[in-house]
Amino acid sequence: MPKPASSGKAGPQPANPEQLILDGRIVANEWRLLPQTDEETEITAESLAPGKVILPYSLWQPLRSALAPRKAEIGVWLDSDETADLIGKNAGKLPLIAVHFPAFADGRGFTTARLLRERYGYQGELRAVGAFMRDQLTYLRRCGFNAFAYEGEQPLSGLLESLNDFSESYQAAVDQPQSLFRRRGLV
Amino acid sequence: MYRYDERDHTIIQERVAQFRSQTERYLAGELSEEQFLPLRLQNGLYIQRLAPMLRIAVPYGLLNSAQLRRLARISRDFDKGYAHFTTRQNLQFNWPQLEDIPDILAELAEVEMHAVQTSGNCIRNTTSDPFAGVARDEIADPRPYCELIRQWSTFHPEFAFLPRKFKIAVSGSEADRAAIRVHDIGVQIVRRGDEIGFQVLVGGGQGRTPVIAEQIRDFLPEEDLLSYLEAIVRVYNQLGRRDNKYKARIKILVKALGAEEFGRRVEREWEQIKDGADKLTDDALAWAKSFFTAPEYKTFDGAVSDAALQAQADDDKAFSRWLERNSFPHRVPGYRAITLSTKPTGVPPGDVTDRQLEAIADLADEYSFGEVRVTHEQNVVLADVPQDRLLELWQAARKHGFATPNIGTLTDMICCPGGDYCSLANAKSIPVAEAIQRRFDDLDYLYDLGDLDLNISGCMNACGHHHVGHIGILGVDKKGEEFYQVQLGGSSSENASLAKVLGPSFSRAEVTEVIGKILDIYLEQRRPEEPFIDTYNRIGVQPFKEKVYAKAS
Repeated sequence: MPKPASSGKAGPQPANPEQLILDGRIVANEWRLLPQTDEETEITAESLAPGKVILPYSLWQPLRSALAPRKAEIGVWLDSDETADLIGKNAGKLPLIAVHFPAFADGRGFTTARLLRERYGYQGELRAVGAFMRDQLTYLRRCGFNAFAYEGEQPLSGLLESLNDFSESYQAAVDQPQSLFRRRGLV
Repeated sequence: MYRYDERDHTIIQERVAQFRSQTERYLAGELSEEQFLPLRLQNGLYIQRLAPMLRIAVPYGLLNSAQLRRLARISRDFDKGYAHFTTRQNLQFNWPQLEDIPDILAELAEVEMHAVQTSGNCIRNTTSDPFAGVARDEIADPRPYCELIRQWSTFHPEFAFLPRKFKIAVSGSEADRAAIRVHDIGVQIVRRGDEIGFQVLVGGGQGRTPVIAEQIRDFLPEEDLLSYLEAIVRVYNQLGRRDNKYKARIKILVKALGAEEFGRRVEREWEQIKDGADKLTDDALAWAKSFFTAPEYKTFDGAVSDAALQAQADDDKAFSRWLERNSFPHRVPGYRAITLSTKPTGVPPGDVTDRQLEAIADLADEYSFGEVRVTHEQNVVLADVPQDRLLELWQAARKHGFATPNIGTLTDMICCPGGDYCSLANAKSIPVAEAIQRRFDDLDYLYDLGDLDLNISGCMNACGHHHVGHIGILGVDKKGEEFYQVQLGGSSSENASLAKVLGPSFSRAEVTEVIGKILDIYLEQRRPEEPFIDTYNRIGVQPFKEKVYAKAS
């Protein structure tokens, strides 16, 4: 078996910037984001402070039922080695799912996003977090992300145009349900 | 060939604009070296020893004369007046300036060309048989499928940041002239009854860990090609190793899981997407095939045409030799496919000048419906030449230096740019190629040796395909000095095999002599009509070893 690229612990953790891009606009970030922890976690459903919070998958999974009454303010983030299947059909009950890019070259999150949207029918906020870069925004959007918590140095306003570097595309993806080879046939 | 419509033009022009912005941001210091790296690589731009190197995509090796003329112009205006055909049927410029690259890409876009995904950890240019559409042993023309794969893989949003580079090759014939068994995915067109489909192989590759691909599907229906590829690449994107770039290719994943288990995972993924948007409709297939219909061949009586050609050959030994080595049988009576050799002695294999590019364009217009194919052996094929014009073509090709009658012989080597150009190389490769060409320049001797693939790489990354050469030469670093390891018995054909190391490596001065000894053993031991690779497979490495490493008596 191939070794997993990381144990899901102690790797780079996503930051949680004050502003982000959501549906093509710059908005305030209303969510807290808890990092993965190396220690035996103390957090329980009771001790979790009120308010919107994005939990690492490893924390959310055991607390899922206990947190059910607060489900409108509980989001989950998946690390790059955690696949969409882990959330699977539960995706529909979540208001927010974030996918972490520990490095921009780690492209597993593109697949995770597409599967959440296309296979598990997830309709809520799908947020890219971590080290992705401006030049990936079109690809991220096409794979189903609609929110981008950008950690880089450029002002967010400069990023907006890169959401649409391409106005046409060959493949079907989340933004375009028909492959170009099918659409050409329609002309 | 495939022609762009407005949508293709839009996509490629938007790419030029995107890369122009990226280059400007990099030059202004807004993009770091690390961030710019994958962006420039996905546009084929390397920073080499001496200058940037720009790799232009030539989809499955197909070029028209207008494109050749534009490449010639670019090499003149932005480079030093020459270009290099690569082992993946692409073309490289070795001396462009970084700030000129966006303008070069704009020039290319005008003739429906680009440098998209010619490098980087993404799906690369799909390669195929240079005799596609004309070979007699063809089951179906691979080019429509290659084009569909090209479009599917171009700017695929999910697969732009794979664990490592990803190469797909398609063969439409019984004989494999596309080396599909040393690709990440090899697609073999097969026929079952009236139905066309694909045998799918995965996990082949060269580089540091050469592997022959394994079959995961014996028959995939035609309409499922893209969805199945999507399933394979998706499994790889999720499970391929990302902790070590030398273990990140799909071949390592396939080895780790086993081909059977890997195939099961692909099938499981594919089951869920096979009826989705990537399923090829009849319209889509017909549309793709419409770009690769037969040109307007003249009608010849094959027997009459063959006899006339034979008479010409009988009159002229040099023409006869060229015909024997540089022509390939055509499915249409009275036609042949011709290979222009880029490998006269003393020129780096695959290098052509701007004037030669224009000459190739002229020859294509005059003799072969205006199109050519680049081969993975770095030569150029005119696929549709009427036999009654071959003598004329030969004379024209000679004038431009393309008529070296050595196709498939020892001196038709595959050779990487090596230490003269490449920053990864351990050793130079071009001077070795030249020394071998000079030592074995006797045509009667070369012809007597017959089909012989000699491949040279300047380092273990294996760009010169040394693992699949009948004779492979690998440049190694031995305490700071350039040495060369010799390997025997590799093949990239349908009977693919990996070469075995002969023994301790040699200095550059010794290489030609060692090759000479290897050839002596072959000539001593071969049976009538037996090619080198078959003799090797019959007698094994030992007799070669004994001769090469024999103590001087």
